[in-house]
Amino acid sequence: MPEPMGFFTDTTVCIGCKACEVACKEWNQLPATNGGRNTLSGDSYDNTRRLDGIHWRHVKFVEQFGPDRRGGRWLLMSDVCKHCVQAGCLEVCPTGAIIRTEFDTVVIQSDVCNGCRDCIAACPFGVIEINPVSGTAQKCTLCYDRLQAGLEPACSKACPTDSITFGPVSRLRDMAARRVQTLHARGENGAYLYGADERMLGGLNAFFLLVDAPETYGLPPAPKLPTRHLRSGSWFSVLGAALVGIVGVVNFRNRGMAGAARTRAEEEPRP
Amino acid sequence: MSAPSSTFFTAPPEWQWLVTIYFFVGGLAGGCFFIATLLDVFGTPVERRLARLGYLVAFPAVVLSGLLLVVDLRRPERFWHMFLQSETFRLMFKYWSPMSIGSWALLAFGAVSLLGFLAALADGGRAPAWLGGLRPPRVLGVLVAVVGGLLGFFVAGYTGVLLAVTNRPIWSDTPLLGLLFVISAASISAALLLLLGRLERVPPAGLSALARFDSWVLVLELLALVAFLASLGAVFRVWLSGWGLLLLLGVVVVGLLLPLTLEWRPRMLGRFSIPAAAVLVLVGGFILRLVIVFAAEGV
Repeated sequence: MPEPMGFFTDTTVCIGCKACEVACKEWNQLPATNGGRNTLSGDSYDNTRRLDGIHWRHVKFVEQFGPDRRGGRWLLMSDVCKHCVQAGCLEVCPTGAIIRTEFDTVVIQSDVCNGCRDCIAACPFGVIEINPVSGTAQKCTLCYDRLQAGLEPACSKACPTDSITFGPVSRLRDMAARRVQTLHARGENGAYLYGADERMLGGLNAFFLLVDAPETYGLPPAPKLPTRHLRSGSWFSVLGAALVGIVGVVNFRNRGMAGAARTRAEEEPRP
Repeated sequence: MSAPSSTFFTAPPEWQWLVTIYFFVGGLAGGCFFIATLLDVFGTPVERRLARLGYLVAFPAVVLSGLLLVVDLRRPERFWHMFLQSETFRLMFKYWSPMSIGSWALLAFGAVSLLGFLAALADGGRAPAWLGGLRPPRVLGVLVAVVGGLLGFFVAGYTGVLLAVTNRPIWSDTPLLGLLFVISAASISAALLLLLGRLERVPPAGLSALARFDSWVLVLELLALVAFLASLGAVFRVWLSGWGLLLLLGVVVVGLLLPLTLEWRPRMLGRFSIPAAAVLVLVGGFILRLVIVFAAEGV
């Protein structure tokens, strides 16, 4: 069995070229938005805007400028499915379409998915959406087909700055920790890893090096599993059913002989 | 403005009108059956006429529920993938996935509610008389009523747990939606049976206990709604919007406070008080599901 594979995305060297987005779309034969008509966001160089069923990589542009546009910076992050070790989508999927592969990645089988969309609601990162062509939920497969053939995923292969690195997760973690040390030594004290250890959903197999708060990149500060409410929610529902049942029994039961007599009187045909 | 919860970084599943209508119709299916069970097992003979109406509503409602859910799938022809693994044809069941267990519960409830439905038809002379044994007081009938009643509670409540077991704002920021949906299913179903009972000319004496039941349940629902809103914490601010206004006016005022007033002061509208209250409860129950579904979809 191969070891867990993943991505380390170092946002500090991303130049926003979107080669990863293009390579992903080409390899996975994902359709264009609106049949290829221009869809400019109008307020950013980021015209993809978000991950969805036909965008499995998305270079997020965070433009931190003041009103006079002097000073400031761009934060660029190539976002992708995190291939969580504890994956919310996989937990809730009622058809078994979502599987964990031998590479410890999370893949949606498009021939099994029936488009119920529970995984879309369950994903803590908002990664999954319906692909309008297939009518099924889709997201990054970490190029499962390429991995099976011994190739690296299309996005990391195409990345010209090695902002996206593919490899065994354990090796990526060592590499990322060294990179954080280097950045700290150079004075970039805000650099930290997002999802590189087990505390976040058992570990994100696709994790990130960030230099600002997660929210700035559109990432949740504390992602959780959807099943956290399964037990409590179920018991509260049982409580609700018990309350309704008690109210019903109290109101409907024949209250002794008097109740029975009254009932008989009501049943008598009126003269 | 910073997000009050990590649930604000997720994507909407586009569960909209069909799901809202399903939550309402499914609540009526489960609720009408479990109220019918309670009336049939504990009630007076007159009240058993109301129970018959409950069985007559539950089965068509659960069939409609199933259709709504299948149509809402983006690949409806694959609805059976919920039950059988499509490659191996082995059973597909995950007890920790509310959608999986709910699909099975709907299937089972559909089957049991069909038995109650046939018994109710037989009692009205529209099906062979021996089918009447599928209703209490016959032993088999008690079994159908109790199993169906429990499944009815499940069908009415699991939808709230289904919403809670996601990562969406509001839905997964509280564990109380299942509780709220079960209680609301009881109130809207009692309201529908009160209306149908009147149309079927059930004598007022037979309706009084059900009307009293509905008032009690409305009080419970008001408490559950307050607890639900309080449990949201910082996420409560989602309701500072049009959806919050609709929740206040459509659910709290129209769906809970007005009908409670009418049921406590029945002379306000004379003989129309109870039916008017029942209509308001049904409207409020629908708006409750509407605002919970759509307020989260809009974040």
